[in-house]
Amino acid sequence: MEPIKILTANIDKPNSTSIDVYIDGGGYKAIETALKMKPEEVTQLVKDSEMRGRGGAGFPTGMKWSFVPKNAPKPTWLLCNADESEPGTFKDRVIMEKDPHLLIEGMIIAGYAIGSNPMSYIYIRGEFYYGATVLDKALDEARAKGFLGKNILGSGFDFDITVARGAGAYICGEETGLIESVEGHRGQPRVKPPFPAVIGVFGGPTVVNNVETLACVPLIVNKGADWFKSFGSPKNTGPKLYCVSGCVRKPGVYEFPMGINLKELIYDHCGGILGDRKLKAVIPGGASAPMLLPDEIDLPLNFDAVMKAGSMLGSAGIIVLDDSVCIVDAVWRLSKFFAHESCGQCTPCREGTNWLESVLDRIERGEGRKQDADLLLSMSDNIGGKSLCALGDAAIGPVISSVKKFRDEYLHHIEHKSCLPETVRYRRLDAPVAAH
Amino acid sequence: MADLHPDNPYAPDRFPDASKPVAFPPEAKKKFDYILTRYPTKEACLLPTLHLAQEVWGWISPETVLYVGGLLDLSPATVFGVVSFYNMYNQKPVGKYHLQVCTNLSCMVRRAYDIYDHLCERLDVNPGATTKDGRYTVVEVECLGSCGTAPVVQVNNDYHENMDVSKMDALLAELK
Repeated sequence: MEPIKILTANIDKPNSTSIDVYIDGGGYKAIETALKMKPEEVTQLVKDSEMRGRGGAGFPTGMKWSFVPKNAPKPTWLLCNADESEPGTFKDRVIMEKDPHLLIEGMIIAGYAIGSNPMSYIYIRGEFYYGATVLDKALDEARAKGFLGKNILGSGFDFDITVARGAGAYICGEETGLIESVEGHRGQPRVKPPFPAVIGVFGGPTVVNNVETLACVPLIVNKGADWFKSFGSPKNTGPKLYCVSGCVRKPGVYEFPMGINLKELIYDHCGGILGDRKLKAVIPGGASAPMLLPDEIDLPLNFDAVMKAGSMLGSAGIIVLDDSVCIVDAVWRLSKFFAHESCGQCTPCREGTNWLESVLDRIERGEGRKQDADLLLSMSDNIGGKSLCALGDAAIGPVISSVKKFRDEYLHHIEHKSCLPETVRYRRLDAPVAAH
Repeated sequence: MADLHPDNPYAPDRFPDASKPVAFPPEAKKKFDYILTRYPTKEACLLPTLHLAQEVWGWISPETVLYVGGLLDLSPATVFGVVSFYNMYNQKPVGKYHLQVCTNLSCMVRRAYDIYDHLCERLDVNPGATTKDGRYTVVEVECLGSCGTAPVVQVNNDYHENMDVSKMDALLAELK
């Protein structure tokens, strides 16, 4: 399969963030078309495209929009989830920093389709300071040209966007955590139901869409649902950005029709494994996706195929690990992340993620006990499905899959009090502990 | 955070110093007034206002918590609850250069811990602490969302990508 340039069509152009470059490339045509349609027709078009959300869960976008009740007593809100924090994922940043107007145009159309009130927010993670400044500048340009503000292009539709910066919390990528954060609270997720489509931010119906999802919307409006469906396979449609990182020669963001073969992506497009070492494991969809073994990677990267293989496509953040990586150390690092990012609201996740980290750390240090591999599984069982939001389930993905697929390596640590001989130390075990 | 460490400005035996009232300078006040126009409730302005305060003072002191709470009609406890929840709000002063090394998996397998250890050693500072001259703070941070160009070191607001120990040394030489 050859790489395509659809979502990434503009990013290599000089001065790609400027509105003139975007308009020269056919930009802001889609809002002209969309604003002449009825909002329901726009939603139907996105439904027909069978696009599934690009943020991780893969929920059909058009259906999400259609859940917004008509004539709700409070105004409807559109939020863009730009809190890209899943380890291994770095695709939304490319759109925001290189082609911000594509996102803005997508938001205007989405806002029109769901009947959004005149204000909406791009919730961008706080660390993306540069991205936020690029977006702010792009929003000013769009306002100056009349694409944002009152009565856009004479349609009677009022719409504006504000960049809301997060402040360093992975959990705010969870949609209700994001909603809480926009309201000025700690980003602790809410119990669902009620779902955000009924009661979301500021008490109104709310649609939360990922950056890449919204960036696809102008393309669908311009070229039609059938064109969009011509990429990928049924129910897994459209162009898709894949992020490849870890032990590969050419890491980066790659665009393909949904469903590029994972093996082909790693070996033909990313130059294979760094230093020609042996592939050990692949995490196909960001830190929370269960690991795949080298003999499991001959599969198309779409939502259904990866799920069938026992993992998930998630945000398409592919982390490649070679045989120099100690699996226990790698899983420890991910568990440390989840323990750090647990919001602390519900017990299974708050306590469980910390215990996972501690037990993995002691195994790695050669202090593991005989039952520890099973202990990890039983602890995971007490977190999964029992936490308030998906973070608990995310935290156990790498743990369960690694214990099941690399049990021998765990047992080697416990028996020999050391890592496998071919692995490399990527961190000092005697490092001083942080002072905060 | 609520420990009794002598460097902890939020230790329970300390109170905001009423003799040192804080207030936004005129430029920041203008930005704050603009923030108020962008959100439907005052409470929703809390995160951007704290970002603004940190831009002005470099960290969020107990005095700042009181001040921001007063501006937005929020209790100090509510404000501090938010300050302490989010990573990026500094609860103590940080150095002129805040060196934030991502060590999450994609950076780790690209040798991010070498950079982190090297920084602590070369600057003679404990992880998470600030050098005595107040110039550098070295911290380990979670995924910065730039895994394709790992390892990544964020210095204040700027990303430095595809780093290694020698590039880090070269960067330190620029950060005087």
